[in-house]
Amino acid sequence: MTVAFDIAILGAGPAGMAAAARATQLGASVVVLDEQASPGGQIYRNVDQASAAQHRILGPDYSHGHSLTQALRKSGAVHCAGATVWDVSRDGLVTYSKGGQPAQIRAKHLILATGATERPMPLPGWTLPGAMTAGAAQILLKSGALVARDPVLIGSGPLLYLLAAQMITAGRKPRAMIETQSRSDMWAARHDLPGALRGWRYLAKGAGLLTKIMAAGIPRYTAAREIALEGADTLTSVRFTSHGKPHEIATKTALLHHGVVPNTQISRALRLEHAYDQSQRCFVPQVDGLCLSSEPNISIAGDGAGIGGAKVAALSGEIAAFGAASRLGLITPQTQQAGVAPLQRKRQHELHARPFLDRAYPPATQSLSPADTTLICRCEEVTAGDIRRFAKLGCKGPNQAKAFGRAGMGPCQGRFCGLTVTELLAQETGQSQDDTGALRIRAPLKPVTLGELAAYDANSQET
Amino acid sequence: MQFHFEDRRLSAPRGATVASALLGAGITAFRETPVSGAARGPFCLMGACYDCLVSINGVTVQACMTPIEEGLQVCRVRPRLTENEDKA
Amino acid sequence: MTTLVIGGGVVGMSVAYGLLKQGARVTVIDGSDTDARASRGNFGLVWIQGKGAKAPHYAAWSRSSAKLWQGFAQDLKAVTGIDISFSQIGGVEYFTNADELQQDAADLQGLRDHFKGDYPFEVLEHSRLKQLVPEIGPKVVGGIHSPMDGHVNPLLLLRALSAAVQHMGGRLQTGAKVTEIAGADRAYTVTLETGDRIEGEALVLAAGLGSADYGADLGFEAPVRPQQGQVLITEKLPFFLKYPSGRIRQVNEGGVQIGASKAETGADTTDLPTLQELARYAVDVFPMLEHVQLVRSWAALRVMSPDGLPIYQRSAKYAGAHFVTCHSGITLAAAHAGLLPDWIQDRNTAPDLSLFSESRFSV
Repeated sequence: MTVAFDIAILGAGPAGMAAAARATQLGASVVVLDEQASPGGQIYRNVDQASAAQHRILGPDYSHGHSLTQALRKSGAVHCAGATVWDVSRDGLVTYSKGGQPAQIRAKHLILATGATERPMPLPGWTLPGAMTAGAAQILLKSGALVARDPVLIGSGPLLYLLAAQMITAGRKPRAMIETQSRSDMWAARHDLPGALRGWRYLAKGAGLLTKIMAAGIPRYTAAREIALEGADTLTSVRFTSHGKPHEIATKTALLHHGVVPNTQISRALRLEHAYDQSQRCFVPQVDGLCLSSEPNISIAGDGAGIGGAKVAALSGEIAAFGAASRLGLITPQTQQAGVAPLQRKRQHELHARPFLDRAYPPATQSLSPADTTLICRCEEVTAGDIRRFAKLGCKGPNQAKAFGRAGMGPCQGRFCGLTVTELLAQETGQSQDDTGALRIRAPLKPVTLGELAAYDANSQET
Repeated sequence: MQFHFEDRRLSAPRGATVASALLGAGITAFRETPVSGAARGPFCLMGACYDCLVSINGVTVQACMTPIEEGLQVCRVRPRLTENEDKA
Repeated sequence: MTTLVIGGGVVGMSVAYGLLKQGARVTVIDGSDTDARASRGNFGLVWIQGKGAKAPHYAAWSRSSAKLWQGFAQDLKAVTGIDISFSQIGGVEYFTNADELQQDAADLQGLRDHFKGDYPFEVLEHSRLKQLVPEIGPKVVGGIHSPMDGHVNPLLLLRALSAAVQHMGGRLQTGAKVTEIAGADRAYTVTLETGDRIEGEALVLAAGLGSADYGADLGFEAPVRPQQGQVLITEKLPFFLKYPSGRIRQVNEGGVQIGASKAETGADTTDLPTLQELARYAVDVFPMLEHVQLVRSWAALRVMSPDGLPIYQRSAKYAGAHFVTCHSGITLAAAHAGLLPDWIQDRNTAPDLSLFSESRFSV
């Protein structure tokens, strides 16, 4: 039979863990479904199992995750680990696979806490083995696995500096930083600096990371353009220009990053309302002050509802818990207001540095508008030029472009091409990104074998 | 732990995923794409990109989401297509 | 004289392409990216066996299209360079239920009798079918092979038609929301949401389910309703499935496509019980698919008339307006491109489509 809960939380990162702890405290029965074996999400991945050496490398911001995993463990919420969710219905039925077996749970309220994914960074050669995301390298560090020697870090943003600093501590000093931002970006961000100073801790942290990178003698190439990853079957070198001057660096590993964006696969599959956020250059699901989406029984918390980082995610998880509990009638409106107000103030404070960071480290232009020959859909091997040709054939939106050329039809279902397709079509047609729209996301959210799907009898499982 | 990738015998620390184990052994190219036959390997390591696909017990799985087990046989996915080719 | 084609799906684009080939001036007006689009969700069959079991004129019309298909695909390739992966080496319908096999075989025999023997198909029991398709499982009781059947990549067809229409000088107005169609004899004005107006002397209404919104203004009943079909597609596999069937085929990119359910609803969302039913059928027919990953599913809406057959209707209200709809826009694409333009332009070489008029519903 299908087990029923008041609240199902999808994702056990900071937002999901905080939401679970708070929601159970407010009297809700809660299940947290997560794909990983242990709680933490990507940011606090493996935090409970990591060795002392790993904690030293990853720093106190990582170790902070302990408090959230402990709170989750003590909360009484059911933590369903190793669960791959592949279908979610608007009425709260969640279908997932665990150990190759399908199962379902039903909840009166859903909290989507699916976090962020790397912003797609299409560059020539970005599909070569050896090219990975910066997030991938962090995952290796967090899992205690070996990270390749002498990697080159490419892109922009605070995470790139954090990774470089962590790798230095780990004794795996990056060979070079190839940074796409330039002085003019910092100049453009100057108006946001006063606001950002109120979030000074973030800026101080950033400055500390940069000092460490400089002290380690890692060459930094800024205003990088015309980046190309080269190699026959695997990556062998990176070519680029910095301030107009050409460079080539031999490496087997390149780590790419130019920001993270909300993971909207589930919110899109549920056809919730989204809008394009010009400052973050991505689609963001529409939520209110209590994290409620356009569907009254579905909340979205954490980076999945707009990038704010781990602390903001945890705070919004708690806010979402109050919102859900109030909607379910478990708490009075007064309790909700009293609980939410201080959380919202703290969240506002944590967000002070955000506009400055967004402007000082913008996404790489080369990847927002890739050259015609650059692959933008990794699964189906569709190029930017293909999308531009489809626009000339009359494609106004990504779904027609998908029909014409398969971008977004592969197993990743547009996770690494969807935003690029929208940007390209918007550039070609002159429409806004909102008018251009986004790819429809279909079940299964992650592939499932036909045998598994066939064997499961949903009807007999319903109570 | 011991495991096999194709006919190579490799070892990996406990707790490793198939992806981190192969990367640790210096293998970055895990498969060839069905579209062009290009070599691919792990990209995101968080289950989103589907570039680290391998075949285990005849099922295509994400290497980054699959824990290594003792004696595991991991194969390359090589679904290179030859359209309308009759089976011999 | 400009003909306005309302609807840039496979039906509208096939007609537009055919008109352009005859030298007509054509403007195609197409809707938004998220409109219901049978052309993006269909199964991709050029299918004859069993079609029109109770309506031989429909069987004959479908077959005339199937016979034109090879040339149609070649023409499109010559014009656009796009190979739409058309194959017509025959198709096989698989049965896991003996009664269904018997019923379908009887229907086909009825058509064979009607066409005086000119209706090729063969009923194969399990062991003979296994010689033809070794991958079938023990639950398959038998199948029906017909050399008349084929399949195509319907998305490449849509793209090729778009390219061809543009290449041949047709105007393609996409992302256009039609707010009004004002008609008069040989004078049509289409007003878009943007305020833009497009004028023409003839009009073809081929807007699928959207036709119902504009039909009355032009003198059509346009009695179309949505019928939902859900489809699964697997990861890409090495080619093993030579013959397409009505419910399972391997597409040219390698994925195995499984369909299609039928539900009387306008909801374009999939549901788990239906997906499971489709998966079960596929695994019953080809047990090797058990370990294959399903990567995507979708629900699309068929455009159905009350009897399921196409409607070809000239407007009784205004000269020069035509209504075209069907739920088999792929199978009929070659006929729509090759034969329908004569009917639209009122030539004496036009096919007799009187049995497909709307008047059949008012008796």
